[in-house]
Amino acid sequence: MFKYIRNRLIISIVTLLVILSVLFLLLDLMPGSPFNDEKLSEDQKGMLYAKYNLDKPLHIRYFTYMKNVIFKGDFGESYTIQKNVPVSTLLKDRLPISIRLGIQSLLVGALIGVLFGSVAAINKNSGWDTFTTVFSVLGISVPSYVFALGLSYFLGYKIHLFPFTYDIYKPLESSVLPTIALSMFVIATVARFMRTELVEVLGSEYILLAEAKGLKTRKVLIKHSIRNALIPVITVLGPITVSLLTGSLVIERIFGIPGLGDLLVTAISVNDFNVVISIAFFYSMFYIAMMLIIDVLYGVIDPRIRVAKGEQNG
Amino acid sequence: MDNLAKKYDKKSFERILKNEKVQTDVVYKGISFWKDVGLRFYQNKGALIGLILIVIIVIMAFVGPTMNKHTYKSLETEHLNLPPRIQGIENLGVFDGEINGVNVYQEKGLDDVYYWFGTDSLGRDIWTRVWVGTQVSIYIALLAVVIDMFIGMGYGLISGYLGGKVDVFMQRFIEILSGIPNLVVVTLFVMILNPGILSISLALVITGWIGMSRVVRSQVLRLKELDFILASRTLGASTSQIIIKDLFPNIFGQVIIMSMFSIPKSIFYESFLAFIGLGLQPPMASLGVLINDGYKSILVYPHMIISPVIVLAILMLSFNLLADGLRDALDPKMKEH
Repeated sequence: MFKYIRNRLIISIVTLLVILSVLFLLLDLMPGSPFNDEKLSEDQKGMLYAKYNLDKPLHIRYFTYMKNVIFKGDFGESYTIQKNVPVSTLLKDRLPISIRLGIQSLLVGALIGVLFGSVAAINKNSGWDTFTTVFSVLGISVPSYVFALGLSYFLGYKIHLFPFTYDIYKPLESSVLPTIALSMFVIATVARFMRTELVEVLGSEYILLAEAKGLKTRKVLIKHSIRNALIPVITVLGPITVSLLTGSLVIERIFGIPGLGDLLVTAISVNDFNVVISIAFFYSMFYIAMMLIIDVLYGVIDPRIRVAKGEQNG
Repeated sequence: MDNLAKKYDKKSFERILKNEKVQTDVVYKGISFWKDVGLRFYQNKGALIGLILIVIIVIMAFVGPTMNKHTYKSLETEHLNLPPRIQGIENLGVFDGEINGVNVYQEKGLDDVYYWFGTDSLGRDIWTRVWVGTQVSIYIALLAVVIDMFIGMGYGLISGYLGGKVDVFMQRFIEILSGIPNLVVVTLFVMILNPGILSISLALVITGWIGMSRVVRSQVLRLKELDFILASRTLGASTSQIIIKDLFPNIFGQVIIMSMFSIPKSIFYESFLAFIGLGLQPPMASLGVLINDGYKSILVYPHMIISPVIVLAILMLSFNLLADGLRDALDPKMKEH
């Protein structure tokens, strides 16, 4: 197990370094320049390049950049969005907002999803089951931004139930609608998976045995069925994280949330390299960490996987 | 070998079952695999509805733009922000060109003008733009399938069948590649190549096949240890023969299922990128571009956003239903109970 985690950690770190290098090198190759102002003369441009060390040869800049990021956590300064402000300062205010929204949606979605899926599986072929199936097909098919638009239009604009746009002074109230919009996909995916798994577990022989030896229905359900059905559900958390990352970009735009996704879109349109690299890097880091946690968690919960994976990788 | 061949030539083997009839089952009629799949598919109402809707949308995507005289970028400065109005149906009280009880068409003196889905803030016909935009989604769907079929399946087959060092190397490569979120890849391409259909396509090519290759690899790993492959090899089949004739038919069902599920994902991806302004650029139309346009004036003219949203949602829903149905039909073991 230890060996497995160690191997996974090494791969993750290598991946992150590769990502950072690719980001840096590719953005360096791109044709645009952060200083597009027509009023700038060639000399002034030269001075700007010298100031940000953009006139040095590629390999020197590359190693300086990597050294700064790895040892100091310094992603350089923003060129255009807020001139000369370190990127870390720009991110500092926005990161918590995005992370909170993501975690909120993940928790709400996972809890409701497990609940929906379990109830549907226990009352198989009932009206509730049909409702869950229809709901999850819709939740998977309809893009999250369509939900967001609908929610902001009807609940935000028409009947003023919740703030229409994000208000940093009322973080709780104004994050209700974005959270619902983002968690819709999570609910749908988790409910669908949970239902399939639980139906299979409930039909298995060890549940029959548990019932036959006289355990109470509630104990059979909670201790034997739902717990075992939850194991495979953990695997879908990976794809869900990805969809939350992409989803947050749009949701933040629709509700005007000052988060990371919003900053990324702006930075791309104004060629602010350092900001783009750092946000892309943060996304990758978050994603890789999530995958690592899921894999390790899976090994901890299910001993069979642990053995198999350990053999395969060690 | 020669000795053995001499000792056991063809004459030393004798056929035991001479009567063919012994082997035929008279109780149940034999059904071929694909016929069986077809039967199961037709029993699935959701999948059938999905298929029909997809066919209708595809036909409309190519016929729709030719049904009136407008093109996707023709601007009519007189006809800005008109609500939907359809001949005949307007008498029923819907699609009658009214906003808040006022008939905008009559107010502007446009009695004979009909825009079925209305016009946008530049006076472009939304009907034409929606169907032209749908063409983009269909292109993306086809692209996703091609990528899955060729790159994903090829990579998985080679990696799984050859095994050993090649497999280890190829899997490490995938591990690093899949560690990069799609979003970051797309961001890079958009920045380097400028937003447009090319950068979206390339981003899909880079990342779209990974899931498929993993599934194919694990199937191949399982299958290649089975006896029928061993039998093939003993009979002298070459590697390419084994891959094409023995492995391929056995994983084909899985491949179809996986690529069907990647279609709605890719369609969503394109529309999502267009929506945040990293996809196609106006005046080009894609469903995402139209939703983005409509979103800007959603509070005043909600009709602009409704039609592209509905077409997109139906398209994705139908592909999901179809994929579900195909999965149940091709692989009844995986069927949800």
